[in-house]
Amino acid sequence: MPMTLSEKILARASGLKSVRAGDVVEPSVSLAMSHENAALVLHQFKEIYNGLPLPPNVWDPSKIAIIFDHRIPAESSKTATNHKRVRDFIAEQGITKFHDIRGDQGGICHQILPESGYVLPGTVVVGTDSHTTTHGALGAFAFGIGATEMASVWALGVALNIEVPKTIKVEIDGKLSPFVSAKDIILFLIGTIKANGANYRALEFHGSTVRSMSTSSRLVLCNMAVEAGATAGMVPPDAETERYLYKEAHVSVPLWLEGPDKDAEYERVVKIDADKLAPQVACPHTVDNVKPVTEIMGRKVDQIVIGSCTNGRLDDLAAAARVLKSRKIQSHTRMLVFPASWKIYKEAMELGYLKDLADSGAVIMNPGCGCCLGVHQGALGDGEVGLSTTNRNFKGRMGNPNAEVFLCSPEVAAASALRGVISDPREV
Amino acid sequence: MSKVIYVFEDDISTDHIYPGRFMATVLPSETPLHCFADMTELNAALKEKKYPAGSFLVAGSNFGCGSSREQAASTLKGHGLIIVARSFARIFLQNAVNLGLPLVSCPHIEASAGDELELKDDMLVNKTTGKSFEIVPLPKLRQAIMDSGGLIAYTRKLVVERQTK
Repeated sequence: MPMTLSEKILARASGLKSVRAGDVVEPSVSLAMSHENAALVLHQFKEIYNGLPLPPNVWDPSKIAIIFDHRIPAESSKTATNHKRVRDFIAEQGITKFHDIRGDQGGICHQILPESGYVLPGTVVVGTDSHTTTHGALGAFAFGIGATEMASVWALGVALNIEVPKTIKVEIDGKLSPFVSAKDIILFLIGTIKANGANYRALEFHGSTVRSMSTSSRLVLCNMAVEAGATAGMVPPDAETERYLYKEAHVSVPLWLEGPDKDAEYERVVKIDADKLAPQVACPHTVDNVKPVTEIMGRKVDQIVIGSCTNGRLDDLAAAARVLKSRKIQSHTRMLVFPASWKIYKEAMELGYLKDLADSGAVIMNPGCGCCLGVHQGALGDGEVGLSTTNRNFKGRMGNPNAEVFLCSPEVAAASALRGVISDPREV
Repeated sequence: MSKVIYVFEDDISTDHIYPGRFMATVLPSETPLHCFADMTELNAALKEKKYPAGSFLVAGSNFGCGSSREQAASTLKGHGLIIVARSFARIFLQNAVNLGLPLVSCPHIEASAGDELELKDDMLVNKTTGKSFEIVPLPKLRQAIMDSGGLIAYTRKLVVERQTK
């Protein structure tokens, strides 16, 4: 029976010859990722063992990854205490894939996992973060779960009661115009199928545009799959996946590089013509309120953010620097840049991007989630407008329910910084 | 029979239910303080315990979309609410089941704040308008987690079973 990529991987991880959409499986987990919310996971984990004559030990400390990124350095004593609890637990359990607040290992979880070679094609990855869908870019079946569910994974090493999802095939063909990038594709897709358009479904990305994309761009597509409600977003692993994992992530094991079967059954097919795509912007207060930039040009912007697990990678910083060309950011606009990891930070430093961005007036922040989730490092004031390369614009997302957040690519963000209003990067 | 305390539109995210700036608060005993924190009146009414346990929140489709933060489910559970929605986002639904927060998936629900609702077998009855609405049951294995009191108890049982194998 022909299978989709999700079906193939879930069958493989569940020790079954084949599965089909609707089956309930219990796949083995190859990687279980948490960030600051490991504090809640470990609380729930200890609850599981409460009253049992068994020691509360995780099933396999080498398969757990913990990356501090959401609130670093700690914005409050509460967070610092949570960090401390998690560090103590990591030491006690012998968890090795730990990335602390350090310039030689830190960053955003959804960048650290790929760049460290922790994610392998054909495996099941779970994370206590909705954007865990990101790792489908490397051909893994990767999905977000809650803290209690992670506690259960830590105890058993499997994800319980997983329903094999139906798959929506997304075919993207053609060549993107200059200053148009993967972010514009995924915003356009979410605007088309809407915030619940892929609920309980997997998205499989196909087509010539995807095949010729770098892993960095594929990570952008899969990162935001969850904004259409998708359980997972995936790119079939190929030569580019192999190149990235061997050359950039220094993986040395043999790789599973299979695609879906030829006659796999898809719930539906969505086609996107990359040739004709214009830069896109998601307007307040939902990610699916997407318009071409030409329709909302001229809106005054107070704060611009470049970074996050969506668009804080080296090519994103390069694209922003290329648009700015050392020209000054408008005086009424402030710009914050969060490289996605310290590895990227240092590469961007060596290549001169950080200096260029700072010379234009941008503030280079420490790698991490920064102001994306509205905790610290750049809240918006009452009535202010934020334009951001992050992935969510819900009311209050950037720390203030009386502000507005627009989402865009690094190219649109940089162009808008120059003029202080939402601008088309093809024109500046 | 209980009252509807509030009716929400579609796509209410976990950022609405439990804003990101309170994420350092994790314990189920503490999260109820910040329920709908950006909706000042609703937050105050919940904290003042104006609504009895078993009161209903009614929402459109895709309730609980966005972040996987489990606080969104634990804060609602802490107030003893029952959530009725036309549909639920996946991670939120799973979190609710895992913590034992009652959800009612009711694709055609029509209700206004103040209406009296009653759960009757596989129907949700709006006593105020006299209309009945079909309920979509939880998938079987999710119901099994709910019936065992949540995922902690369910996993505890499995840890013991698999240990002795």
